[in-house]
Amino acid sequence: MKLLTHNMLTSHVKGVIKGYPLIIKATEVKVNELEFNGQFVSRMIPKLEWSALIQAAGWLGQSQDLPSTLIPDYENDEEFLRKVHRILLEVEVIEGCLQCPESGREFPISKGVPNMLLNEDE
Amino acid sequence: MALHCGRACRQYLLHLAHDNVDFRLPEIKALLSLRKRPFDTSETFNEKSPFWQLNGLSEDDIRSVMSRTVCGKSAFELWGHGTTIDELRTSLLEYPAENMAPYLQQNSTYKINVYTFNKTLSIIGVNLATALIALDFLPFKGTVNLKDPEHIFCLLEDYGSDPNDIPEEPFHMYFGRWIADGQRELIRSYSVKKRHFIGNTSMDAGLSFIMANHAKVKADDLVYDPFVGTGSLLVACSRFGAYVCGTDIDYNTIHGIGKASRKNQKWRGPDENIRANLRQYGTESLYVDVMVSDASKTVWRKNAQFDAIVTDPPYGIRESTRRTGSHKDIIKPPEDFSGESHVPVSMAYHLSDIFADLLNFAAHHLVLGGRLVYWLPIYRPEYCEEMVPLHPCLTLTNNCEQTLSSHTSRRLITMEKIKEPEDSDRLAHLADPRFTPYQGHNSFREKYFCGLTKKNGKDSKQLFAK
Repeated sequence: MKLLTHNMLTSHVKGVIKGYPLIIKATEVKVNELEFNGQFVSRMIPKLEWSALIQAAGWLGQSQDLPSTLIPDYENDEEFLRKVHRILLEVEVIEGCLQCPESGREFPISKGVPNMLLNEDE
Repeated sequence: MALHCGRACRQYLLHLAHDNVDFRLPEIKALLSLRKRPFDTSETFNEKSPFWQLNGLSEDDIRSVMSRTVCGKSAFELWGHGTTIDELRTSLLEYPAENMAPYLQQNSTYKINVYTFNKTLSIIGVNLATALIALDFLPFKGTVNLKDPEHIFCLLEDYGSDPNDIPEEPFHMYFGRWIADGQRELIRSYSVKKRHFIGNTSMDAGLSFIMANHAKVKADDLVYDPFVGTGSLLVACSRFGAYVCGTDIDYNTIHGIGKASRKNQKWRGPDENIRANLRQYGTESLYVDVMVSDASKTVWRKNAQFDAIVTDPPYGIRESTRRTGSHKDIIKPPEDFSGESHVPVSMAYHLSDIFADLLNFAAHHLVLGGRLVYWLPIYRPEYCEEMVPLHPCLTLTNNCEQTLSSHTSRRLITMEKIKEPEDSDRLAHLADPRFTPYQGHNSFREKYFCGLTKKNGKDSKQLFAK
């Protein structure tokens, strides 16, 4: 699971109000090298919940001195975009789980794939 | 038939392949729309014809369309046309010499092809036609090079659409300079037969590219498929440069485990999953994620938005429709290879709910102007246009039918998001009954099988063969 995806996921456990962001508990993390695409990163940044992204990067030990709030004029800052590219797309949680911050319910991640299914009573 | 104009109003001729006929115009229009260009053609335009004249476009527009289309075979800069050889000749002589000159230079090489639609010309016929053009009509100064010419020209003749009534003379003749070919080669190179990971319902390559085009997918988009299966639609979208993600309720398919779909194979191999499919075509860098998830219980936060949603929801025929649900609605327990995935209870996901949920999801999770493209299964004897589900935030752009049998078909629906959802939209169905979840689909499965039992077994095998 990549952090781009994690940034858009929320807990859908019944009755939960503050289900975002899901807490990442990773037991295996991988970093792949992926060709840098500044265009895509610039397009995605306005769609992200920035503080949730920084928090998630922190959980995985990948903060890289990224600022806690978005800098203005980031489209032209290639160094910044490269850092964002890395945490959005290159860092992957292979094994672990996502935990609902309110209910504590855990969604397992296996072979990089999160399982978000709920049981019938949830 | 004069074509005298400056560079800005040159005419182009599109030569289209004769399959998926109903899907062609929406595809070309969508690709022109990506260039912010309208579809502008002659008054005699016939959608069923394989030859379309396009006006008001630049050569770059044409090249851009041809770099994406799987319906278009080739595109030409139109130099002349007519219903008789004399009309063609007059038309060619009226084409400005200065527009022709760059391609007829003395030190250049060229070739003239002849293409006849609905007729086979003899070699003598071909030679006569090309000789007429080269010697009589146009001042070709260069030398002929059949192997590797700098410029290729084409004489295209339309002998109509009735193979049982082929005229002596063509109905229409066109002559033009070849610009580019379309992407029909992708139909072969992306064939599902050669793909590492397939399932019972993997989308045929040609249609998956048509879907990506109808959805106006472009490079650096983020595209989502909520019924991703083996990822065939994501493969097509990634070919056009989009980043892709998908979800599916079936744990085994997402993880690429369990029984194989190929005839001689029992279990899936280690390299069989969606990511491996993208790797096969060199687009693994565009793979974002796939997840196991129930499309009826969305996992995305409120402002998560995708540029396009491209999907083929289950019809309940070859794959069952499922959702997680309450104990009261048990149909049968799912078969899981590993046992650990499992959805404790599956209940039949009524087809009408699938589409209502899908449209509602698209209204919330598409960017403004983003498109939803999906297949709608239809029981033909009862079909009417009012059955196509609507949503106040989405406008219906395309509705193309693919016939499957005498009593069933599926329609490729394209919708575009025109406004953000408001609370008042939830009451929209009170004002207009078409916003109510469509009920007719629930019995699609019954009607499908009922229709089949009336015929012999042969019908069911032919049904999904392509």
